[in-house]
Amino acid sequence: MAYKNYILVCAGTACESNKGKALYEALGKEIASAGIDTEVQLVKTGCFGFCGEGPIVKILPDESFYVKVGPKDAKEIINEHIIKGRKVERLLYKEPGAETASEDIGFYHKQFRIVLRNCAVINPEIIDEYIARDGYGALEKALFDMTPDDVLQEIKDSGLRGRGGAGFPTGTKWGFSKAVKADQKYIVCNADEGDPGAYMDRSVLEGDPHSVLEAMAIAGYTIGADKGFIYIRAEYPLAIDRLNLAIKQAKEYGLLGEKILGTDFSFDIELRLGAGAFVCGEETALLASIEGKRGMPVPRPPFPAVKGLWGKPTVINNVETWANIPVILLKGSKWFSSIGTATSKGTKVFALTGKINNTGLIEVPMGTTLREIIYDIGGGIDSGKPFKAAQTGGPSGGCITPDFLDTPIDYESLQAIGSMMGSGGMIVMDEDDCMIDVTKFYLEFTVDESCGKCAPCRIGGRTCYNILDRISKGQGEMEDLQKLKDLALAMRKASLCGLGQTAPNPVMSTMKYFEEEYLAHINDKKCPAGKCKNLLTYTINDKCVGCTACARVCPVNCIEGEVKKLHVINQATCIKCGQCFTTCKFAAIDRV
Amino acid sequence: MSKLTLDDLRKLRDEKKKAMTQRESGAGKRGVVTIGMGTCGIAAGAKGVFDAFLDEMDKAGISDISIRQTGCMGLCFSEPTVEVATADMPHVVYGNVDEETARRIVRDHLAGNALVSDHIFDKPSVDIIEKGEK
Repeated sequence: MAYKNYILVCAGTACESNKGKALYEALGKEIASAGIDTEVQLVKTGCFGFCGEGPIVKILPDESFYVKVGPKDAKEIINEHIIKGRKVERLLYKEPGAETASEDIGFYHKQFRIVLRNCAVINPEIIDEYIARDGYGALEKALFDMTPDDVLQEIKDSGLRGRGGAGFPTGTKWGFSKAVKADQKYIVCNADEGDPGAYMDRSVLEGDPHSVLEAMAIAGYTIGADKGFIYIRAEYPLAIDRLNLAIKQAKEYGLLGEKILGTDFSFDIELRLGAGAFVCGEETALLASIEGKRGMPVPRPPFPAVKGLWGKPTVINNVETWANIPVILLKGSKWFSSIGTATSKGTKVFALTGKINNTGLIEVPMGTTLREIIYDIGGGIDSGKPFKAAQTGGPSGGCITPDFLDTPIDYESLQAIGSMMGSGGMIVMDEDDCMIDVTKFYLEFTVDESCGKCAPCRIGGRTCYNILDRISKGQGEMEDLQKLKDLALAMRKASLCGLGQTAPNPVMSTMKYFEEEYLAHINDKKCPAGKCKNLLTYTINDKCVGCTACARVCPVNCIEGEVKKLHVINQATCIKCGQCFTTCKFAAIDRV
Repeated sequence: MSKLTLDDLRKLRDEKKKAMTQRESGAGKRGVVTIGMGTCGIAAGAKGVFDAFLDEMDKAGISDISIRQTGCMGLCFSEPTVEVATADMPHVVYGNVDEETARRIVRDHLAGNALVSDHIFDKPSVDIIEKGEK
């Protein structure tokens, strides 16, 4: 016995709180009274992401997508759609501005997967499955139907820009290497993903390792290199295993190695494991590390494209950039450049984390707005509190504030508002997050990871951190703000590599958009978000009923009081952990 | 396996394409269960889920459905994720699949032809390869 129709009702928190439960019950009642409960199955589902349009009902197998469905609509859905087979037009999702609902299934998806096309589709440990999905078809096309110049032109025309963060045009970079005459050239994949909260590259390597291998071979053919290295951090053991397996399988098939597919082109790839230094994601430091030297950057120019690994021309791209290449050749630069904005083509993968319902790995066309990412894909803020900022670009980036929720995201627009695309980490914050605390976290990270070679980064970073630390402890002064600005400017201008040049970005960005928070810490000695421990005082007010819950949970036993009598916090021994605050059911604890 | 020539590669691709879309006999004849096994899925318990599927399908005597692994689907908030695609039912993605839920999916979905409530999630996007999106 199989059902003819399945009615999926979203039971995510947002939909549930929006009469989703009543809707589910109403649909159940209608099904029962129509006597069709052997033909229709009513199913509760997890969040569909489209929370702004909730409650959401999806009907399978025809994939009708109903939005803003109320309990009163249940009868119509059952009578019209299920029994008579006529869709309820007025409830179907319509794209903003569109008159009628689109016929295309999947029209409501805000995501578009180019880089992640095979992730969660193929078995990454079986090369045949990659091949079945047009895998190595781009390499085949390049070797048999295109000259190296054709490939280069195609990559240039596509408008693809480096996905590691800086956004340098990939075709131009390849062109530099191609133009240099040398007896040996190299291709390098930068898989030293180190931004806190970012895991795009890991997922691509674990889910679709062959797409990176294929792309590197294509680049080798284009610029005339026969050797490639993948520099991957040792903390990614599964990705390393799958890459090794993929390389082995590709070699067995003759898709890597000598005379690929019987042509004169040979290309081999080896792995190099990074020991976990963040600075090794910087390309010159990465190359030094591959050469077996200490991972420290050197001044550019000369750029690696001209003088890289062992002094030879080296094209170095990030994992996500590589994963785009096969699709560009297969579907053409015209197709690729039709996606995205005027200056940023294609898609971007983001690792969506923080105070958001649907944390995860998403891929959206360039030009998607932050609002679409947070509310349509991410399902909104999980605490239900107002959105405060999204941090992009990790330790090199900045914050996007609610004012910019509707800014289409691309390389230029993010830079214009003082953040950056970065590698794709996106951390969503609500009003419980203190911007000074967050900034301090990133600065602590860059201070830790600074290689120490140049003074602006080594000393500037530490000094900035110390100032922020003082501010967070209520010892800041107004002059500190100017000092921070001066230091940031010096670091930006004088640091040797991207790590130091961008390390002050989180400071500059938060000082620009959250100045009042800095002032509150400095002048009022208060932390509005209630995060900076040194600035908080917990006291018990007269709403206390003497339930003793707070006294029992206090880890340092600093709360005194008898049962059914007002309790008191001993300020001298309180460690401001806030456990009493979250435990109290009577709002009897004040945090100021 | 010997090294491929261009013709070999094309032949292999066509064969595998067919094999992936229409499985005609044996395991996988009626459908495929795909388990997300990136670091994220494994950390959330995907390996135990994999074993639970095997065990419960054994018990239920189901032999025409194959189980395979894949990378991360991106639905990190609902790991482990499992996609169930059988011939006679709509294809669905299940999230937050622990071992008990895996057994429920075998009993209710694979054997009983009913969807398992509370665990269904949406596929994140259309497939540009299969749909030939141009």
